[in-house]
Amino acid sequence: MTQIDNKKIDSKIPQGTLEGKWTNYKDHQKLVNPANKRRLDVIVVGTGLAGASAAASLGEMGFNVLNFCIQDSPRRAHSIAAQGGINAAKNYPNDGDSVYRLFYDTIKGGDYRAREANVYRLAEVANEIIDQCVAQGVPFARDYGGLLDNRSFGGAQVSRTFYARGQTGQQLLLGAYSSLSRAVHKKQVKLFTRREMLDLVMIDGRARGILVRNLVTGEIERYAAHAVVIATGGYGNTFFLSTNAMTSNGSAAWQCYKKGAMFANPCMTQIHPTCIPVHGEFQSKLTLMSESLRNDGRIWVPKKLEDAVAIREGKLRPTDIKEENRDYYLERRYPAFGNLVPRDVASRAAKERCDAGYGVGNTGLAVYLDFADAIQRLGKDVVEARYGNLFQMYEKIVDDNPYQTPMMIYPAIHYTMGGVWVDYELMTSIPGCFCIGEANFSDHGANRLGASALMQGLADGYFVLPYTIQNYLSDQINVPRFKTDAPEFEQAEKEINDRVERLMNIKGTHSVDYIHKKLGHIMWDFVGMGRDAEGLKKAIADIKELKKEFWSDLRIPGDKDKLNVELEKALRLADFIEIGELMAHDALDREESCGGHFRLEYQTPDGEALRNDEKFAYVSCWEYQGEDKDPMMAKEPLDYEFVVRQQRNYKA
Amino acid sequence: MDKDINIKIKVWRQDGPKVKGRFETYELKNISQGSSFLEMLDILNEQLINEGGSPVVFDHDCREGICGMCSLYINGHPHGPDEDITTCQLHMRKFKEGETITIEPWRSAGFPVIKDLMVDRSAYDKIIQAGGYVSVNTGGTPDANSILIPYEDAEMAMDAAACVGCGACAATCKNGSAMLFVSAKVSQFALLPQGRPEAARRAKAMVAKMEELGFGNCTNTGACEVECPKSISITNIARLNREYLCAKFKD
Repeated sequence: MTQIDNKKIDSKIPQGTLEGKWTNYKDHQKLVNPANKRRLDVIVVGTGLAGASAAASLGEMGFNVLNFCIQDSPRRAHSIAAQGGINAAKNYPNDGDSVYRLFYDTIKGGDYRAREANVYRLAEVANEIIDQCVAQGVPFARDYGGLLDNRSFGGAQVSRTFYARGQTGQQLLLGAYSSLSRAVHKKQVKLFTRREMLDLVMIDGRARGILVRNLVTGEIERYAAHAVVIATGGYGNTFFLSTNAMTSNGSAAWQCYKKGAMFANPCMTQIHPTCIPVHGEFQSKLTLMSESLRNDGRIWVPKKLEDAVAIREGKLRPTDIKEENRDYYLERRYPAFGNLVPRDVASRAAKERCDAGYGVGNTGLAVYLDFADAIQRLGKDVVEARYGNLFQMYEKIVDDNPYQTPMMIYPAIHYTMGGVWVDYELMTSIPGCFCIGEANFSDHGANRLGASALMQGLADGYFVLPYTIQNYLSDQINVPRFKTDAPEFEQAEKEINDRVERLMNIKGTHSVDYIHKKLGHIMWDFVGMGRDAEGLKKAIADIKELKKEFWSDLRIPGDKDKLNVELEKALRLADFIEIGELMAHDALDREESCGGHFRLEYQTPDGEALRNDEKFAYVSCWEYQGEDKDPMMAKEPLDYEFVVRQQRNYKA
Repeated sequence: MDKDINIKIKVWRQDGPKVKGRFETYELKNISQGSSFLEMLDILNEQLINEGGSPVVFDHDCREGICGMCSLYINGHPHGPDEDITTCQLHMRKFKEGETITIEPWRSAGFPVIKDLMVDRSAYDKIIQAGGYVSVNTGGTPDANSILIPYEDAEMAMDAAACVGCGACAATCKNGSAMLFVSAKVSQFALLPQGRPEAARRAKAMVAKMEELGFGNCTNTGACEVECPKSISITNIARLNREYLCAKFKD
């Protein structure tokens, strides 16, 4: 049984009407004057949409910013891979959109497990993001009159998604990167590349610095500041196979957790319905096909079992199946939203069909995404203009032409809604430690809608944190700069060195990837799309065993104080193993189905998620209790003042 | 249909920036042609670790062709023998049974080797920092639709903006010139009204920084365009030259 901490959690939601809260906050928050900003140092870890936009904005304002990234350039952060688009309630298409509607769709899409005030603020600042990006020279798609174009995404009945071909994340990140580069040029931001955060340093109960490993030299480096901002993305790679980049990891967030920050809703992970299916044991990552494809693609499997079997055996091709023998199961089950139901719903529906034996591909773990209708209706040229780069990407990987035969897709781990707990000011439960973007838990509840990750990352970085961090820093103007030879830094570095030494001295027989793949299998089988109590208990036991194997049988070649990629991976995997266990604990504790968290025991007669608002309308906030001790959980109740909770309905 | 193949890998090993490098050859058996090129390198590294050797260091991250982190000269071509893709999108079906595949790092004065196949491309960041942006602070920007941009201009700007900053252009150029990279960024902004006010200053600053960092001059061989994984056109270089000359005439 989970131990419950009955403390009251203060999320610092401002007073006032839903529409008035953010304005009210800004009107009364404390600010820092320009002369004092120069005396304050802020560390930002990460250069994705959230990190780069925050670092650039804070630098422009006059703070002294130190910005760190794991890759060789800030432009490579994984936000770059987002394809489809970014939401905003501009209502340019005049289809009835509004800030309230964007707020409502996001709350409903998240299965009523997000904070109302945060989500409303997100919807409110979204319009400014589009203005900001256009001013930076982001080449969004336009129509012939020169105005901005929009498209539709899952979970909405309006077209509110702005896009730059299938490369929206790239263009938005390059926009933030250009602002960051300008701030570096103006010496407002100091940039540190090929550095990985290894610990958060606390002095007198506040976050005052970080330790990083210089990935080129292997040296441990110390950096001090008045505040630390974590913008290091999600922990989807716990599953080994995911759509995340190879170096995406949960370690910075996990270090904060171990230093006292609460970790919220760890079980809330998003499985994206349209990824290229797994093809073999040597596979290193999964490739996403943008949700935007569901605007024009129709998802189906054969209606007859014998057809599905024949396809799997290579005796039939999808084009051999007649129209009346195809089951367009999303259109059948969800007539109102059809192929554009939210991601969790689409993923589960695909799993349901494949589990029932109707899956295609040689593994049976795939469904079709078919563009034949769209090509007939719009012409190949239009389809190519809309999705050409995605079709090319698919063809290079699968060696099949999606203009002629339908794509094969299957769900894969894509995003983590859970993350470090933050209050309305985006501050964690450690004073002076902030967390933004995917790394925090705040805005998506139990399921994130498409094109909302880019919106949240940039909202946090451009328009929320640069305000809220001042409410904290205004108290710090008389605090002198910290020296990195303080005993707290010495102690933290000693602990890191001991940990690295311990890893190097295992001298076992298996590589990091070998053990990571095992973790991935446990996670996918028992903490994946469908979970139950028995499986989750097994997952926890298996992960504990795997942790022992990791710490007794791992082999890391090379030296600790030189460039050593295997050591980098081992440090991350040590944390993934612990994150995986916490995810299973949280999933076991949450005896309901909501959004991406689907407990097989809790479903409606027609297989939809069955929420339990009486018992589980809270954020689960986990607190670290020490090595090999079970964590405690505190609950932040989600008292809805403005929205009435309903069963999510995408049928009518 | 994809088969399993046996191959030899002749790969550049170099312990550090100032150390002499060498080729090492490894044999790999039963590699599925359905695996990606980098998955093949993962298998090689797994094999090396299990044999007590040291894995080959190479840069990579998103593995879907967009972050620009992967590099590699494969059989004499940046990003390998396939077209319009980065190394991470290259699949083993482009190689034959028994083939010896030669893998080298980017070789360019602007990109010193860090270890094995990993090189230092921070020069590209420095060029962007010199002026590859529109000078706009956060907040206070006009409504997005108040700036009208003709469809063709937006499309051309997007074509240029698709550059992933991988460095293949400079690596393949016999002069080690970074002109395709610089011209793509200059063109993106030169084509958009938001970028016009600073167009002259931007072109001058970025070209000056490129020269300062030791990249060579462009002699229009066009190799960069051929090898660019994102098909960035050399018409961007013509546009950069125009922007640069106009800026210089005004001085």
